[in-house]
Amino acid sequence: MDEGRPIFLQIAEQLENAIVDGSLAEGAQAPSTTELAAFHRINPATAGKGVNQLVSDGILQKRRGIGMFVAEGARGVLMERRRHAFAEQFVVPLVSEARKLGFDAEELKNMIDKSGQGVTQEGKR
Amino acid sequence: MNALENRPSLRAAEVGAVRGVGKRYGKFTAVDEVSFSLRAHAVYGLLGRNGAGKSTLMRMLAGHAQPTTGSVAVFGENPFENDEVTRRICFAAENQVYPDAFRIKDVLAAARLLYPDWDQAYADDLVEVFDLPVDRRIGKLSRGMRSAVGIVTGLASRAPLTMFDEPYLGLDATARQLFYGRLIADYAENPRTILLSTHLIDEVSGLLEHVLVIDRGRLVIDEEAEALRGRAISVSGPTDTVEKFTYAMTRLHEEQLMGRSRVTVLGDADDPQHARVLGLDVESVSLQDLVVKSAMTGERR
Repeated sequence: MDEGRPIFLQIAEQLENAIVDGSLAEGAQAPSTTELAAFHRINPATAGKGVNQLVSDGILQKRRGIGMFVAEGARGVLMERRRHAFAEQFVVPLVSEARKLGFDAEELKNMIDKSGQGVTQEGKR
Repeated sequence: MNALENRPSLRAAEVGAVRGVGKRYGKFTAVDEVSFSLRAHAVYGLLGRNGAGKSTLMRMLAGHAQPTTGSVAVFGENPFENDEVTRRICFAAENQVYPDAFRIKDVLAAARLLYPDWDQAYADDLVEVFDLPVDRRIGKLSRGMRSAVGIVTGLASRAPLTMFDEPYLGLDATARQLFYGRLIADYAENPRTILLSTHLIDEVSGLLEHVLVIDRGRLVIDEEAEALRGRAISVSGPTDTVEKFTYAMTRLHEEQLMGRSRVTVLGDADDPQHARVLGLDVESVSLQDLVVKSAMTGERR
């Protein structure tokens, strides 16, 4: 846990990451609030707040008396949301740092092409 | 699912009310005009330096001492020498005094009689977890074992208000983690109000729902832990830009070096974004840092 940021947000992000990378599949049961609290040594109310955020986003669904489950289509929704945030979160800082170091647009493109070899294939999925 | 979520009405109830409380010993003011509330089913951290007044406040809440000014109410009544109220309070004090002849098992037997919600099976389990020699006299125990006795009593009492005053003295890192793990697991099953005073803030900060910081007898922070994490930031950059940006905020700490300043503030959720637009660097601040910095600055607010 990053001590300086609200923990419930980090709990929500971790669950989202697990859904995006497929380790928590659609339809699968998510860890309970008590399990999350025990694992991270955090207050159950804080863990519950993180879980509830995903419930209100429609990512998790509550089944009464059983627990929380990953909603159908949740992965697609999260992927779409992250694609929207991608430019601001990754491209803008990249370009700003490249400018600081004096790379021109051509050099930057070359670097991306070079490190992107292999990604192009996977990315088509 | 934990039991907390099913009882919204109980969560809101007030367990403790400290109103304008002061405590003086001769000319020394240990606690000065402190007011706060403790609600049902929450874990509170009481944080501050040595001698800040943490133990004195806890002793007043436990009914072991009376305030010089102001009032303390627990479950709606004055706890001082009030058996009806104190049976519902367990105070694991830092320097708990026991009769000389008491062995660990005598302490636990006494606690069993005292606390209506005492869970003997759980106490036995904890004695094993902390590897306590039940036949040994309290006077012959190491500091860590004495702390463990306090932890066992505090957890197994299941008292609606349970207070731990620096419960880890003499315990190694492994034993402390055992305590935190047991505390969280038991609290999820049996919600109650827990007040924990500690210096080891990084170790417990995830456990806390609400943070009370006391500095030289005065309450300087009374806020939800998650809200504090969101609000506390440290902003750095050219001194005049930093000054302009933080001018109207609650400033907890500031440092300067070579025309650059770093100021720790309690701001609003969108402040980090505004700061970045001005070209300032923004860092998040841990609870530990926040407490250290609030105690270094002197006058705030």
